[in-house]
Amino acid sequence: MKFLLQRIAFYLFTAWAALTINFFIPRMIPGDPVTSLINKFQGQMSTEAINSLYVLFGLDKDASLWGQYVDYWGQVFRGDLGLSFTFFPTPVADILGQSLPWTIALVGITTFASFMIGTSLGVLAGWRRGSWLDGLLPVTTFLSSIPYFWLGLLAITLLAGPGSIFPSSGGYEPGLVPSWNGEFIGSAIQHSLLPAVTILISSVSGWILSMRNMMVTVASEDYITVAHAKGLPERRVMVSYAARNALLPNVSGFALSLGFIVGGTLLVEIVFSYPGIGYNLFQAVGAKDYPLMQGIFLVITLSVLVANLMADIAYLLLDPRTRKEG
Amino acid sequence: MSAPASTITAVTPEGPEVAAAPAKRRRLRFVANPKAATGLIVLAFFCVIAVIGPWIAPYDPSARSSDLIQPPSGKHWFGTTHLGQDIFSQVLVGTRGVMFVGLLAGIVATALSVLIGVSAGFLGGAADESLSALSNVFLVIPALPLIIIVASTIPSAGDLMVALVIGLTSWAWGARVLRAQTLSLRRRDYVEAARATGETTWRIITAEIMPNLTAIIASGFVGTVIFAVMSEITLAFIGISTISEWNWGTILFWAQSQQALAQGAWWWFVPAGLAIAILGTALSLINFGIDEFVSPRLRSSGHTRMRTKDGHTVRMRVGFTPVLGSKEQPATPVVRRTKEDAA
Repeated sequence: MKFLLQRIAFYLFTAWAALTINFFIPRMIPGDPVTSLINKFQGQMSTEAINSLYVLFGLDKDASLWGQYVDYWGQVFRGDLGLSFTFFPTPVADILGQSLPWTIALVGITTFASFMIGTSLGVLAGWRRGSWLDGLLPVTTFLSSIPYFWLGLLAITLLAGPGSIFPSSGGYEPGLVPSWNGEFIGSAIQHSLLPAVTILISSVSGWILSMRNMMVTVASEDYITVAHAKGLPERRVMVSYAARNALLPNVSGFALSLGFIVGGTLLVEIVFSYPGIGYNLFQAVGAKDYPLMQGIFLVITLSVLVANLMADIAYLLLDPRTRKEG
Repeated sequence: MSAPASTITAVTPEGPEVAAAPAKRRRLRFVANPKAATGLIVLAFFCVIAVIGPWIAPYDPSARSSDLIQPPSGKHWFGTTHLGQDIFSQVLVGTRGVMFVGLLAGIVATALSVLIGVSAGFLGGAADESLSALSNVFLVIPALPLIIIVASTIPSAGDLMVALVIGLTSWAWGARVLRAQTLSLRRRDYVEAARATGETTWRIITAEIMPNLTAIIASGFVGTVIFAVMSEITLAFIGISTISEWNWGTILFWAQSQQALAQGAWWWFVPAGLAIAILGTALSLINFGIDEFVSPRLRSSGHTRMRTKDGHTVRMRVGFTPVLGSKEQPATPVVRRTKEDAA
């Protein structure tokens, strides 16, 4: 329990740090982005919305930096992330609410699947070192060196196109209305196949490699020899003795590299025009939509923190040593 | 981006046997590793292109011509863009920006990670606590979105700015690994001896600890360069960094924004992507070389099938060492037989 509490405390600290970074970034923007926006949407903005933007951008000249900081926190806790410039006058929180489920479904499932597949292949590659599985390593290294978005472009050219079952863009058939019926879900799954395969192919090799290396290290431990000497079946030694112990560093590695992976997968959404957070980020960057960008950064960071916490809980379940202390 | 390619998880108590070899032989052995050698050759090739690229480019990469969207031909090796620009020249000229940002960001991040990681590991106590917390925070916060947002906030982000932003945000992984290794070195006998003879802290760090971190620092550097190259290309691809400077991401940006895919212009984005993939693979290979150099167990061993004295063919594997006739047998540290292998 102590381990878990420590981790939660750390994540709260990180969340605070991320929010604080988020507070300072817009203060580096030269000039006055709000004024230009007000001019653009003259008369359409309520005084309240303008004030909210001023607080967000630190252009509230009357307040001290500390006062601005306190106001900023108040806004964040109310879920008020300002108004998006691109989708004016939709609040940023609403836009994110729409796109977040898409990203969580696509990135969440593929990241998890890639970890599982990569780890299993890594167990085999590490256990049967020198077999044909070693030939897999250079291939996967090459695949993982390709940027996600480029692999996506390639996949669209080769697999999508007229007459193909893979749609090249979007999250669902343009005519459909998002709802929980069979037709819509089928269409959504069909649209997510190509992005999912792209993410899987480029992210799986990291797991294969780290798991293989852990397996090689663990395989020469004494307890493996003992297990062999006891006459246990090869399979059992591999799975319950070697893989189980080799898995631990891989799980903590999984937690740590989530930030890297999520960053990369967001780009796949851009290539496939998938209606998730990554595509929003692309739109926001193109339109210099600072409130939306900040909101996206916050949401991504908080999601990664939650995913990290879940990985920690998995670690807790796998490693009895962490449970013993509490 | 993918997980950091390096898998050195610090703490390699078996390490010193490697460190004992004379320096010259060690260096040769690293180059003799086929993976590292291949990687170094490819990297050197790209470095040369980065320097001479703008001179050997057949055309001005921005110059327009009347050959619009031409497939590869003798005149335009990689075809042309929608404005008739020569893609081969763009790739050649763009190499410089990619290598510059990659290496500069790598240097900045490595310097920071050494500074923070080694001081955290060596000082211990409250300094360690706060520095580790700092690096963990940077590790957990998704770097790429942060880089995208910071870079788009800075007006006219050129190569130098992009390199600095990437370098300042991606040092955390290296710092973490270095801290762990420093912790394990800190109480070794030779460090204690140095302390007992009254050497200054500064000298202990630079002369006693740092040399033993070389491999980890090198692998951290290579890993950061991979990450920096990918990030930079991503920034250019989504149109954040200035698109007036050519790099491989800029080419992809134009290819994407001009619907190269819909027009079937595969030559527009294939060369740049392949160049990225080859550079990335070369850097990963160097890292594997470093990993295997530090921890020989990871080598996938060239000849796994061997002939024993009595004519049997056996496969080398962990925990099993056949008795061979010749003296060339690999020095596997553990000699043992498992039940089924012995049979």
